[in-house]
Amino acid sequence: MSLQARIQDVFNEPACDKNQAKDAKAKKKGCSKPLTPGAAAGGCAFDGAKIALQPITDVAHLIHGPLACEGNSWDNRGAGSSGSDLWRRSFTTDLTELDIVMGQGEKKLFRAVREIVERHAPPAVFVYSTCVTALIGDDIEAVCRRAGERFGLPVVPVNAPGFVGSKNLGNKLAGEALIDHVIGTLEPDDVGPTDVNILGEFNLAGEFWMVKPLLDRLGIRVRACIPGDARYRDVAAAHTARATMMVCSTALITLARKMQERWGIPFFEGSFYGVSDTSDALRSLARLLVMRGADPSLIERTEALIMQEEAIVWQRLAAFRPRLQGKRVLLNTGGVKSWSVVAALQEVGLEIVGTSTKKSTPEDKERIKQLLKDDKHAFDAMAPRDLYALLAAGKADIMLSGGRTQFIALKAKMPWLDINQERHHPYAGYDGMVELVRQIDIALANPVWETVRAPAPWDAGGLPSGLASAPAEAGAIALTRRKFAGTTADDMGEC
Amino acid sequence: MASILQPSKAAAVNPLKSSQPLGAAFAYLGVDGAVPLFHGSQGCTSFALVLFVRHFKETIPLQTTAMDEIATILGGADHLEEAILNLKSRTKPKLIGVCTTALVETRGEDFAGDLAAIKARRATELAGTEVVLAQTPDFDGAIEEGWAKAVTAMIEGIADRAPGRRRERDRVNILPGWHLTVADIEHLRAMVEAFGLDPVILPDVSGSLDGTVPDRWIPTTYGGTPIDDIRTLGDARHTIAIGEHMRAPAARLAELTGVDYSLFRDLTGLKAVDRFVMLLSELSGRPVPAGIRRRRAQAQDALLDGHFHFGGKRIAIAAEPDHLYALATFFTGLGADIHAAVTTTGHSKILERIPCDSVQVGDLGDLERLAEGADLIVTHSHGRQAAERLGLPLMRVGFPVFDRLGSQHLLSVGYQGLRDLIFRTSNIFQEARREPVPADLDPFRNREHDDHDRRSTPATREH
Repeated sequence: MSLQARIQDVFNEPACDKNQAKDAKAKKKGCSKPLTPGAAAGGCAFDGAKIALQPITDVAHLIHGPLACEGNSWDNRGAGSSGSDLWRRSFTTDLTELDIVMGQGEKKLFRAVREIVERHAPPAVFVYSTCVTALIGDDIEAVCRRAGERFGLPVVPVNAPGFVGSKNLGNKLAGEALIDHVIGTLEPDDVGPTDVNILGEFNLAGEFWMVKPLLDRLGIRVRACIPGDARYRDVAAAHTARATMMVCSTALITLARKMQERWGIPFFEGSFYGVSDTSDALRSLARLLVMRGADPSLIERTEALIMQEEAIVWQRLAAFRPRLQGKRVLLNTGGVKSWSVVAALQEVGLEIVGTSTKKSTPEDKERIKQLLKDDKHAFDAMAPRDLYALLAAGKADIMLSGGRTQFIALKAKMPWLDINQERHHPYAGYDGMVELVRQIDIALANPVWETVRAPAPWDAGGLPSGLASAPAEAGAIALTRRKFAGTTADDMGEC
Repeated sequence: MASILQPSKAAAVNPLKSSQPLGAAFAYLGVDGAVPLFHGSQGCTSFALVLFVRHFKETIPLQTTAMDEIATILGGADHLEEAILNLKSRTKPKLIGVCTTALVETRGEDFAGDLAAIKARRATELAGTEVVLAQTPDFDGAIEEGWAKAVTAMIEGIADRAPGRRRERDRVNILPGWHLTVADIEHLRAMVEAFGLDPVILPDVSGSLDGTVPDRWIPTTYGGTPIDDIRTLGDARHTIAIGEHMRAPAARLAELTGVDYSLFRDLTGLKAVDRFVMLLSELSGRPVPAGIRRRRAQAQDALLDGHFHFGGKRIAIAAEPDHLYALATFFTGLGADIHAAVTTTGHSKILERIPCDSVQVGDLGDLERLAEGADLIVTHSHGRQAAERLGLPLMRVGFPVFDRLGSQHLLSVGYQGLRDLIFRTSNIFQEARREPVPADLDPFRNREHDDHDRRSTPATREH
């Protein structure tokens, strides 16, 4: 299938409500709005493909292109690995002008695969195309096939050069690479009735490890969590799972649907952000597994665990209420997170003064409306200037957002907490929500805000009286004595 | 208000303190052409010397009266006289700074009287050399006290106290605490000069212990406060003392010469630096220069960028009282909590202002015990063993720092020092970050305990 045909294929996503609501013409345009030169933000398709696959920990991820694609982007995400750290190493063919002019890209790529296999012996190599290598016509599929035969391991082409579209499209193309080349290539000998896949979970800051023990306790085995903390062999055997949970984004929905079509694995969309969402996710997993023949007592045991864990988490959250009651939160994220954490934040007494619905589906928006009881607090996208004005005017006490808008809050001298992919704190599951609230508490309680907001004394009308005309010596000494002698910083702070 | 816990054990484990005469010698080393002279046995000097050398990586002029057994029984005045005369003839110092040690203080003699007699008797031989005395037995105090006593001794012994002196409009005295580094002093000088003022800094380690390579062998300090500047301290318009332990020397100077003083408990916090800058503006009658304004804006941004790394962190600090105060207020100002505070001596009035529940007067053994559960240990190089055993990062501050180069050139005062200190500390936190492993995040971990996760309960501190 040509790349264009494949793109059209992933744009026609029957499992996506939003996609299905479109007419044929709109569908053809794809999911994302066309980019506006000069006013675009966000990553490219290559970025999206790499993000979606790179946390597969024991695979060597080799980027075929000139330096920028990998050299400027590697080692920028904190997905946790409980095993190999090979995924954190950066491999690129780093094409030079001569390579490109002489058409040596394919040869260099083949040699690069060999070097990686000899040096690191990974279970598989993923090869990513980029704009330049796509433009000059390097046939990475052929090179991968040849290298795979020669070196005796899977060499998987990920064909998502940056110029074909957005990050979201890249996520989908990554899913295509998995279904075409990886999933279903390995038959495990330990297939069980409670095996599940988790798709679209990145294990940021290790947060899936807050959830997995819950599943363990229910006897639910994670066959493959893709991509967070995944191993190649688990992904290759993912077709043997009995149910799939698709986390959060629509990034891998096509993959989920195709796995359902090909292997009959039912899936649902869920989230581990927020207390009731975590409970719902556990319930849905149990229900699907029982539907597919697991022991029906699983449902009861799940309810018991939910009851026990919710009681603990609400109690722990309540401890924050006296400190956080009435504080105002501005959520500037999007998608599922725009509502999934709202309930927990409201539970500790935080007031949501705004939430962005930029990336949200109509369903997301409906839920926001229900939760906030006032949809004027939901805004589509806010220009940095407006965000700054809102924060500087003190209309919120803290902003939760991604790193991109961090400095809007900081330059407005307002607390900010990262809730997107570059963060260092895990927020998934019941414990994750406590951690989120704890981090909000830490940010709000920091005395640094008072310090940085204090105007410089020379701007605060505190100019010494002697400045206009240099005072006579004796007078100045008397003045100094009066104002400063024997004083300390504390005394000064009051005047 | 912190309560001060006095030591209750007999055996000090891994001392935090350096002795009082070392502090006094340190102050004398900030004077040009000086040789500190320990009045005690050879070892007192030798140990202090080795510690100085390990810290500064410099030759340190430090001499001893070499009290032997007989002198210890019969009296040490002869040894003192002989040492002073020998030093004078061999090294031609401009200042001999005598520091008494525990040995001679335990014996107990009239050192001031002996010294006055020596100076009168040997006036001709000693012409051109000031000799001052600080009584600094090792069994009391630590660096802070020794340093302050030596500065007071120099003020009392050298500063001209004739009444009716002419005040120089632009002259400002700076009496820095011992914990200010070479970089700190250099920076303060530049800030003061930026207002067109003329600072006299006593002691000035930036001239003598800043690590330069002279083109000949010099047996005394080279650089530091000139004796003439000490003599004319009374000409200044105002005195700025930094650190509570410099209150006594500043007050003594005011008493003797009538020069008023302002005390700054620290010069790292934004508010304190604001006040310092406004005082300079007031004294000079000049507006705040653009460069200093720019530094303030940079410090603000550093506070914003740095605070993420401090919020909720638990810090264990062991340092001398004023240094402890400066560090503790720095950390709490960025949202960290003082998990443990250990200090050297319990006399300083600053201790009750340290932002934590209690301050333990004690040693690094106490720090190691109290630091359990902390995120960072802040003390001098001897804290490395405790940090290793506890698996915690160590931020090296104060004296001695013998396993890192360049501690004298690290800046911690002024807007720029605040900025730099935030970055240095944040970088330690970032370096100490380790990737989580599944066991760290397991919701069922430690479920058997009542307080199953201390980290996830709201902080109870007050701000």
